[in-house]
Amino acid sequence: MKAGPSRTNRPDNTAFTQQRLPAWQPILSAGIVIPGFTLIGLAFIGVGVALFVTSQKITDLEVRGKRDTHAVLFFFQGPVFFYYGLTSYYQNFRTYGVSKDGYQLSGDTYYFNVRAWYSCAPYQYDSNNNPIVPCGSIANSMFSDTFQLYQVVNGMKKQVPLDGKGIAWWTDYNIKYSNPALVNGSFANAFSGTVKPVNWSKPVYELDPTDQANNGFLNQNFLVWMRQAALPKFQKLYGRIAEGDYAQGLPAGNYTLLINYSYPVISFGGTKKVVLSNVSWMGGKNQFLGIAYLVIGSLCIVMAMVMLIIYAKYKFTDDDEDM
Amino acid sequence: MLRRRLNRLFGGDEKRVDSRTIYVGNRPCPATETFIPPKFCDNRIVSSKYTIWNFLPKNLFEQFRRIANFYFLIIFLVQVIVDTPTSPVTSGLPLFFVITVTAIKQGYEDWLRHKADSEVNKYPVRVLEDGQPARKDSEKIKVGDIVEVVEDETFPCDLILLQSSRDDDTCFVTTASLDGESNHKTHYTVPDMEKDLQSLSATIECEQPQPDLYKFVGRMHIYKPEHDPAVRSLGPENLLLKGATLKNTKKIYGVAVYTGMETKMALNYQGKSQKRSAVEKSINAFLLVYLCILISKAVVCTTLKYVWQSQDGQDEPWYNQKTEKEKGTILYVKMFTDFLSFMVLFNFIIPVSMYVTVEMQKFLGSFFITWDRDFFDPEIEEGALVNTSDLNEELGQVEYVFTDKTGTLTQNNMEFIECCIDGFQYTAFSSELDSFCVTDGPVSTFQEKAGREKEELFLRALCLCHTVQVKEAGPDELGGDQVDGPASEPLRPAEQRGFIASSPDEVALVKGAMRYGFTFLGLESKTMKIKNWQNDVEEYELLHVLNFDPVRRRMSVIVRSKSGDTLLFCKGADSSIFPRVRPEEVERIRMHVQRSATEGYRTLCVAYKRLSVDEYAAADAGLREARLALQDREEKLMAVYNQVETAMSLIGATAVEDRLQEEAAQTMEALQGAGMKVWVLTGDKMETAKSTCYACRLFRRSTELLELTVRTLESGGRRREEMLHDLLFDFHRKAVQDAPPARAGVNRSWSSANPEYGFIVDGAALALVMNPSPDTNCSRYRSLFLQICQNCTAVLCCRMAPLQKAQIVKMVKNSKGSPITLSIGDGANDVSMILEAHVGIGVKGKEGRQAVRNSDYAIPKLKHLRKLLLAHGHLYYIRIAHLVQYFFYKNLCFILPQFLYQFFCGCSQQPLYDAAYLTMYNICFTSMPILAYSLLEQQIAIEVLLDNATLYRDIAKNAMLRWGPFLYWTVLAVFQGLIFFFGVKYLFSNPALQDNGQVFGNWSYGTIVFTVLVFTVTLKLALDTRHWTWINHFVIWGSLAFYVVFSFFWGGIIWPFLKQQRLYFVFFNMLSSVSAWLVIILLIVLSLLPDILLGVLRKPRGPHTQQIAVVTPLSYKHLREHY
Repeated sequence: MKAGPSRTNRPDNTAFTQQRLPAWQPILSAGIVIPGFTLIGLAFIGVGVALFVTSQKITDLEVRGKRDTHAVLFFFQGPVFFYYGLTSYYQNFRTYGVSKDGYQLSGDTYYFNVRAWYSCAPYQYDSNNNPIVPCGSIANSMFSDTFQLYQVVNGMKKQVPLDGKGIAWWTDYNIKYSNPALVNGSFANAFSGTVKPVNWSKPVYELDPTDQANNGFLNQNFLVWMRQAALPKFQKLYGRIAEGDYAQGLPAGNYTLLINYSYPVISFGGTKKVVLSNVSWMGGKNQFLGIAYLVIGSLCIVMAMVMLIIYAKYKFTDDDEDM
Repeated sequence: MLRRRLNRLFGGDEKRVDSRTIYVGNRPCPATETFIPPKFCDNRIVSSKYTIWNFLPKNLFEQFRRIANFYFLIIFLVQVIVDTPTSPVTSGLPLFFVITVTAIKQGYEDWLRHKADSEVNKYPVRVLEDGQPARKDSEKIKVGDIVEVVEDETFPCDLILLQSSRDDDTCFVTTASLDGESNHKTHYTVPDMEKDLQSLSATIECEQPQPDLYKFVGRMHIYKPEHDPAVRSLGPENLLLKGATLKNTKKIYGVAVYTGMETKMALNYQGKSQKRSAVEKSINAFLLVYLCILISKAVVCTTLKYVWQSQDGQDEPWYNQKTEKEKGTILYVKMFTDFLSFMVLFNFIIPVSMYVTVEMQKFLGSFFITWDRDFFDPEIEEGALVNTSDLNEELGQVEYVFTDKTGTLTQNNMEFIECCIDGFQYTAFSSELDSFCVTDGPVSTFQEKAGREKEELFLRALCLCHTVQVKEAGPDELGGDQVDGPASEPLRPAEQRGFIASSPDEVALVKGAMRYGFTFLGLESKTMKIKNWQNDVEEYELLHVLNFDPVRRRMSVIVRSKSGDTLLFCKGADSSIFPRVRPEEVERIRMHVQRSATEGYRTLCVAYKRLSVDEYAAADAGLREARLALQDREEKLMAVYNQVETAMSLIGATAVEDRLQEEAAQTMEALQGAGMKVWVLTGDKMETAKSTCYACRLFRRSTELLELTVRTLESGGRRREEMLHDLLFDFHRKAVQDAPPARAGVNRSWSSANPEYGFIVDGAALALVMNPSPDTNCSRYRSLFLQICQNCTAVLCCRMAPLQKAQIVKMVKNSKGSPITLSIGDGANDVSMILEAHVGIGVKGKEGRQAVRNSDYAIPKLKHLRKLLLAHGHLYYIRIAHLVQYFFYKNLCFILPQFLYQFFCGCSQQPLYDAAYLTMYNICFTSMPILAYSLLEQQIAIEVLLDNATLYRDIAKNAMLRWGPFLYWTVLAVFQGLIFFFGVKYLFSNPALQDNGQVFGNWSYGTIVFTVLVFTVTLKLALDTRHWTWINHFVIWGSLAFYVVFSFFWGGIIWPFLKQQRLYFVFFNMLSSVSAWLVIILLIVLSLLPDILLGVLRKPRGPHTQQIAVVTPLSYKHLREHY
C-alpha cells in the first residue's frame, strides 16, 4: 500500500496543473492601439465614403397621401422597386405575431380544421364556426390596396408593369410555404369546407387566378405580408419594375399612380405611403450606415491623435520618475 | 473549555444528563429483577442521504430550497400558467439542465456512499455467542455484544476493552483514519477484569453518545454471585473507537457501547457550519439590484402598455382583435398577468447559469491549490488540502491574520537547550550523547553547581513526569536499550529511539534527560523503568497521572519508588508552578526562566513533593472518587488536582528551543507588505512569544511596544482596573489619536516618519477588557482596545486560552467594516479560532490532525501561506470578481435591447430574440469563455505576485466588487445595449437590406442584434484576457464558431416540432446582406471602443507600475537593515 507514496501524493508536474501553460500575454499598449485606431479609422472612413456615395446615388421617391400624379424629373435607373409603407402599424404585436399556423401554411390540409394550440385566435373560425384558412390575425389583415403605375406619354396612360414575383424570400416561396395538393384537379376543392379570412374580399385560392404559381399560400404579396415587420414604421416590397420597356429604369416624365384604396389606417392613426426606389449592393437608400461609418472613423482618428499626445506626454514623465 | 465549546457546536448534547445502561453480553444481571433489553440503534452506518425511492422528491426538495433555483422554478411556473411571450422551454430547459446535472452529481456521490456503507455494514465480524465466536455482518452488532477483533482490523463500533491478548492488559491502536494521528496509542482494559467473559455478568453505565473523540465517562458494575457488585470507572482510555485500527496486539474482546450512527465517528461526520464568502454577499447584493431593475422594467412596460392602450384606436386596432378570453378578463388581472409576462420576458437578466458557473469555477479552481507542487512537503509527503472550495476568493481578501505560535510560526520540533537546577545553569551538550559527567567539561556557565542529589532528582523528574511511550520496534529491539533506529535514519541513532507522546515538548525533555545520562526505558504494567548514571535500572510504580490541560498548564505524576517513598513530580508553566512552591525557591529560578524565555525558548518548571502515607491516601481516594463521577467529572478532577499539587518544592527549570519555521520571517514580512495585520495568538508566555515575534520580524527594533499585561497592570501599585483604564487611554492617545491618518497603500514603507507600534496583551488583561467588573464601562474599553489593536502593525496576544483566541477573532470579525479574518494554526487549541475566522487554515503539523480536519484549507508549512494568499488568493479573487461582474454585464446588455424593443412593439411583450437564442445565450454561446477565463486568468504573473506583496492591496476590501466597478460594468452594459438596439434600429429605417430589394422582418432584426451581442460580449472578454493559453483561444474562438454553426443549423432546417419556423433562413439572409455585415462590424467596434480607450489611458498611470517602482527599493532596504 505504501509502495510509492511520493509517487501517489506528489502533484503532477504538468504545465496545466501548475498553472504554467504557455500563454500569450497581450497588453493593449499605446504602441499597438494608436496605429490600430488609425488603421480602423481610415478603413471606416473609406467604407463610410463608399456607403455614403452609394446611398446618395440611390434614388427614391416617396408618395404620400392621395395625390396620384407625379413628375419624375430625371431618368430613374432600374431596376426600380415598388414599396408600400405603413406607419403606426404594429405588425410586431406579440398576440398578432403568433396568430398564424405554420403547419397550415406549409400546405398540410390536416391543420385546416385542426388547430394546434388554438394559435390562430381570434381568427380561427368565423361566426358560423367554419374554419378560416389561412387563419390568424396576420393573414386576416393582409394589405389589400392595389397599385397601378402609368406613365403619361402625350396624354396617354401607358401602364408600367409591376412584377409581383421575386419579392418574397426564395426560401419562403420554395420551402417554408406550400400550397395543398389539388383535390380532383381543382385547387379550390382543396379548400372546401373552409372560409376565407373575414377581412378578405376573395378566398386564398383566388389571390392570383392568372398565375397558379403565385396563387394560394404562395402568393408573393401574401408571403411578404406574412413576414412581420420589425418596427411599427415599415415598408414592404410590392413589386419590381424589371420587365419590358422599363427594365432599364423609368425615363423622366409624368407618371400616374392608381391606388385601389381599401386598407383602413385612420382608425389607429396610421399613414400609408408608396416608395419607388432602386437599390444598390447595400440595399435600399439609407444614409445612416455611411454617416455612422464616417463619424466613427473620424472618431478613431481623433482618439488616436489624442492618445498620441497623452502618451507622448506621460512617457516622458514616466522616464523622469524612473531616473 | 474548548471541548465543551466544541460539543456545543456539534450537537449540544451537554444538557442531556441521562446515561445509558448496557448489559454486557446482553445477559440479565442479578441486580435488575426484570431484564428488559434496552433499545439502541443497530450498527448500520448510513452515511447516504437518499434511497432509490426518496431520491427524486428529496433531492428536488433540497435543490429548490436554494433561493435561486426556487426563483427560476417560479418563473417557469408562471410561463406554464400565464400566456407569456416565451415558451416555458426557454427557462425550463436551463433549469432542467441545472437540476439534472446537480441531481446526477449528488446521486453519484450518494451511490458511492451507499457502496461504502454496504462495504462497512456487510463486513464480517466475530461476536461471542455462548462463549463461541460467531460470524456476523457488522451491521448486526447490537449494543452489549462482545466483539472479537484481531490485529490490523478496524473496530466495527465503539467498544469498551474487556480483554486483550497482551499480558499487560493493554492494546495499541492507531486513529489515523479518525484524526490523522498515526502514532500508536495505548488503551487499557477495564481494571481487574476476570478472564472468563462467558460468565461475566456486568452492566455498563455510560453517558449518551457524544461526538467528542477524546471524552468518555462511564462506570462498570461487575456482579459476582458471592460478592458485592464491584464498580470500575471507565474513561477514554478504555474506549476503542470505531474506525481506529488495532495494532501490535493479537486479539482483543470488547463490549459494544455505541453502535451505528451513535458511534463517535458517525457523530463527527456531521457537517460543519457553512461559511460564506464576501463575494457571495456581493453577488447577492448585485442580484438584489438586478431584481430591482427587472421589476422596474416590468413595471415601466406594464404602465406604458396601459398608457399607450388608452390612446384612441391603440387598445384594439382592427388588425389585431382581442380573443374572447382576453376580452373577458378583468382589467386588473390582465395588468397583473402582463406584469408577470414582462417579468418572464426579462428574467434572463438573472441567469441560472451564473450559479452553475460560479460553482464550477470554485470546484474546479480549488484543484489548482491541491495540484500545486510548491505546496508539496517532501517530509510529510503531502500537499495542500482543500476542505471547502467556497472560500477560494476569500484568500485574496484577508485583512487580519491570526496565527498560532507553536507549530505554526515555529516548527514544534523541540530541542532541549539548557536547564537550570536549583539556580545553576546547565547547557546541553549537542555532540556527546551518553556521558553527561558533572565533573568534567564546561557544563555550567557558573562556577558552582547544584548538589548531586538535586541533579539526580531533577533528571528523575524529567524521566518520570511525562506520558511518553517507548515505541515498540521489531523483535530485534528486545536485546538492548540503545538500539539503532530504523535503517533509513542513520543520523541520530540514539535519539531515534522511538518516543511517542502527545506533545513534542515531552519527547524533548525525555531525550534531554537521556543526554544527561538518565534514560527512560519504558512503562510496563504500571512500572516505569529508568536507567541512571550508574547504568542501574530504577523502577517506579506509577500510581497516578494528573493529566496536562491547558487551563491548569501543568501535569503531574505520582510514583512510588522501590524504597517505598511516594513522590509527586510536577512540571508546568512558570506561572502555574510558582504559586504552588515555596516562595524563597522561586527567586533563584525566576531569573533563569525569564532569560531563557527572552531568548525564545519554551520554559517549564519542575517541582516535586514527597507525599506522606496519609497525604497519598487522601489524594488517592479523591482521585478515584472523581474518576468515577459521571457528571462534572472534569471539574471534580480539576479540584483534586489543584488540591494535590500544592506546597511543592521547586527543583529547576528546562529550556527547550522551538525553531522558527522555514521562511517564517519572510512570510510574515510578505503578509505585512500585503497590507495584512498579523496577530500572534499563543498560549505561550510573553517573553517567549515576544522573542518569536522579533525573530519573525513582526516586531522590529524600531517598533514601540505597548504592553497591556498583568505585569504592567500591577506595576503601578494601584488597582488593576484603574491601571487598565489609564493604560488603555494612554495607548489610545499614542497609537490612535496622535498617529497621522493612515495613507492607503504605503504605510509600511514610510514608517520611518511615524513610529510603528506593537501591542502586547495577555490573557488576564484581555479578560479584564472583555469582561470587566460591572461598574466599569465595558463596551468603551472594548472599542478602545480594538482601535489600539487596529492601529498597531503587529499584535501579540499571549497566555491565551483557546476560547480567548476565538473571542479575539470574533471581536475583530465583527468590528467596523467587518474585515476578513484568517486564522492559521496546527493544534487542537487552534480549532476554535479556525472555526471562528472567515478562513481557517490548518497547518499539517505535529499536534495531530484536529486543526486540519476543522480547517477550510490545510497546508504543510507556514511558508506556503504566502503563495496561498498572495498568488492563489489574488488570482481567485480577480477571477471570480471578473466572472461575477461579467455575468451581470452580459445579461444586462442581452436583455436591454429586448426591453427597448417593447417601446416599438406597443409594449406587447414581443421577444426580440428567438427562443433558441434566449435559451442558448447563457448556456452555450457565452458560458465557456468566461469559465475558462475564471480558471486560467493570470493578469499578473504568479512570480510577480509573490515578489510584490503590495499588489495584494490593490484588491483589498473587495475592490473589484464594490459599487464603483459594478456601476462601471452596468454603465458599459447599458451603453452597449443602447448601441446594439438603436444601431440596428436606424439600419431598419429602411428594411430593404439586400441587393434584391427584399425586406427583412423582426426576426432578422433580432438576429442581427443578437449576433452583435454575442460577438461584442465575447470580444470584450477577449480584451480583458491577459493570459491567453490555448484553452482560452479554443474556447473563445470556438464559442463564436459554435454560434455561427448553430445559427446555420437552426435556421437551415424546417424543425417539425416547431409551430412557427421563425428563424428559417434568417441567418443566411442576414449574411447575404452587405449592410448587415457592415452594421455588425460597426456596432462591435463602437461598443468596444470605450473599453479599449480606457484600458490604454489607464495604463501609463496604472497603479501597478508606480507602486512597484516606489515600493520595491524601499522594502529591500528594510530587508538589508535587518540582516
